[in-house]
Amino acid sequence: MEYFIELLFSGLTRGAIYALIALGYTMVYGIIGLINFAHGEIYMIGAFTAFIVSTVLSILGFPLLAIIVLAGLAAAVWSSAYGYTVEKLAYKPLRHAPRLSPLISAIGMSIFLQNYVLLAQTSDFQPFPELIPEFDFMEPYIQYLGSSDMVILVVTTVMMIGLTVLIKFTRIGKAMRATSQDRKMAMLVGINVDRVISATFIVGSALAAVGGLLIASHIGQINFFIGFIAGIKAFTAAVLGGIGSIPGAVLGGVILGLTESFATGYVSSDYEDVFAFSLLVLILIFKPSGLLGKAEIQKV
Amino acid sequence: MKSIIVKKLLAATVGLALAIPTVASAADDTIKLGVAGAHSGDLASYGLPTVNAAKLVVADINARGGINGKKVELLVEDDVCKPEVATNTATKLVSSGVDVVLGHICSGATKAALPIYKNAGVAVMSPSATNPELTQSGDYPNFFRTIASDDAQARTQVDFALDIRNLKKIAVVHDKGDYGKGLAEFAKQFIEKSGKAEVVLFEGVTPGAVDYSAVVQKIKRSGADGVIYGGYHPEASKIVTQMRKKRIKIDFISGDGVKDDTFIKVAGKNAEGVYATGAKDNSTNPLYTAAIEAHKKAYGEDPGAFYDSAHAGAVALLNAIEKAGSTDLAAVTKALQDNEVATAVGKIHFDKNGDAVGVGFAVYQVQNGQYVEVK
Repeated sequence: MEYFIELLFSGLTRGAIYALIALGYTMVYGIIGLINFAHGEIYMIGAFTAFIVSTVLSILGFPLLAIIVLAGLAAAVWSSAYGYTVEKLAYKPLRHAPRLSPLISAIGMSIFLQNYVLLAQTSDFQPFPELIPEFDFMEPYIQYLGSSDMVILVVTTVMMIGLTVLIKFTRIGKAMRATSQDRKMAMLVGINVDRVISATFIVGSALAAVGGLLIASHIGQINFFIGFIAGIKAFTAAVLGGIGSIPGAVLGGVILGLTESFATGYVSSDYEDVFAFSLLVLILIFKPSGLLGKAEIQKV
Repeated sequence: MKSIIVKKLLAATVGLALAIPTVASAADDTIKLGVAGAHSGDLASYGLPTVNAAKLVVADINARGGINGKKVELLVEDDVCKPEVATNTATKLVSSGVDVVLGHICSGATKAALPIYKNAGVAVMSPSATNPELTQSGDYPNFFRTIASDDAQARTQVDFALDIRNLKKIAVVHDKGDYGKGLAEFAKQFIEKSGKAEVVLFEGVTPGAVDYSAVVQKIKRSGADGVIYGGYHPEASKIVTQMRKKRIKIDFISGDGVKDDTFIKVAGKNAEGVYATGAKDNSTNPLYTAAIEAHKKAYGEDPGAFYDSAHAGAVALLNAIEKAGSTDLAAVTKALQDNEVATAVGKIHFDKNGDAVGVGFAVYQVQNGQYVEVK
């Protein structure tokens, strides 16, 4: 039972991170029907920004809490700027092109950003500072749930609640929902669709940046390639839950994290990916729209 | 027009026919040392240092009057590290009357070329082919090497774990790659054969995965008192960090893929106490420092990969010819096995399989932020 609880929590932590990144995929898909393959790189850039900012701040002698908050903010802002620019450069000019063109453009953007960071930061792994300290009261339970696991779960939950509030109760949220239902109609009733799309990229990028900071602090290292695998896993989570659906992305992330954790724990980590992707194939066979996706796809 | 070509061809054929006896007669007054390996292509950086090493050793020996009154001549041939090219390279060297060969560089190319040298009775010395089969299968009695084979590293790790650390339950983890899994499989096999400990977990992790905590839980549950890891440093530092965060304070033993300063930099304080095997430290060996200095003087830069083992290989081969007084395979083999020779990688001789005795691995431990050899 103890072992089961340990695996459960490690799966939840992993799932929370997947969910945080998957939200970016699902929101962009919900609004413009594009799979933004450069999203994993936005996560990576968020991690690097947090790395640079927190290193500078700790040299300047800031207290730890200030470092976490400022590094998180800087990562969110900087990644959002990248997300915004990527959309303007690589996707907006192709908005009326055949569906395949922006997809290829997204893959190109992903490779570009990887190599751009590679040139700027070298291919070496860099030690990421341990931003989340170990809490004293966690000590007896640390084998189940470390302090960074707990912070990841709490922060992710808070971000999800915030996102729900944003989409349900704000003006821009309402505009997002309208655009995802029918872009042309939204335009006709006076919604600035370009601004809505930019806002979607900004929000998705900020979430991914927070994910980047949390996971980098959790595992203690970053390099230019971390976005690739995280991106693929988060994309899988988004498809699993039903791409375009926000609760679906969260559910997909958690299910994927738990599957990997239990497959490792009870079978073998040799088969971690085998189980994760077999699950994806099975769900797509029996429910092609994903777990929470509807046949006509309920977007955002 | 046609007749000109025919004439040229004829001339070339006559030239060749004349050239062959010339080569054969030249064989009498020089010793021909073949150097084969990747000298172009993407793996050239592994092969070219061997050429430099051979040039320096030969220049040195010729300056001292050669071996048994004969000068040493170099025949350098490229195999691009490709097995199919290596057979041509070997054929070409053999037909030019090569006496001994330094090379090849890659295990695959070496394996392809060896039967040709075997039939021609030529001794071959590789500075870098680490595949265990090359010596242990017994198929290539003409093959020697100055680098320890892959299984020797796993042997060092297991001996250390069992005899020095007295581990009884060992978790063997690897990264599913050729290098890492190969090491891990040898380690598993050696632990099982020893009967002194058991392998409680044998598993591969996925390189690049965001989190290894499930594997770490599994290591803990297996009740292991030590981990042997085969793979490279990024995964090793993640696993060690997560182990220490979960308060799992058991031994972590790894190989030369982890004996890298980047590992210490990335894993930080969690790296403390980690063991890793790596090539023996030769920096106190005067022959080693002299070889490096000679390279710097001749080429103006630090030598590349396998330079020291190539230098040692060339010295050992030529020394054996001198001791044997002939280039005959049986005589050279006997001389390599019987005589200890001082080289850049230490005092070595060769066992009956052809592996150098005296080269090998040492165990290092991270202490205060650097690798220190465990005596």
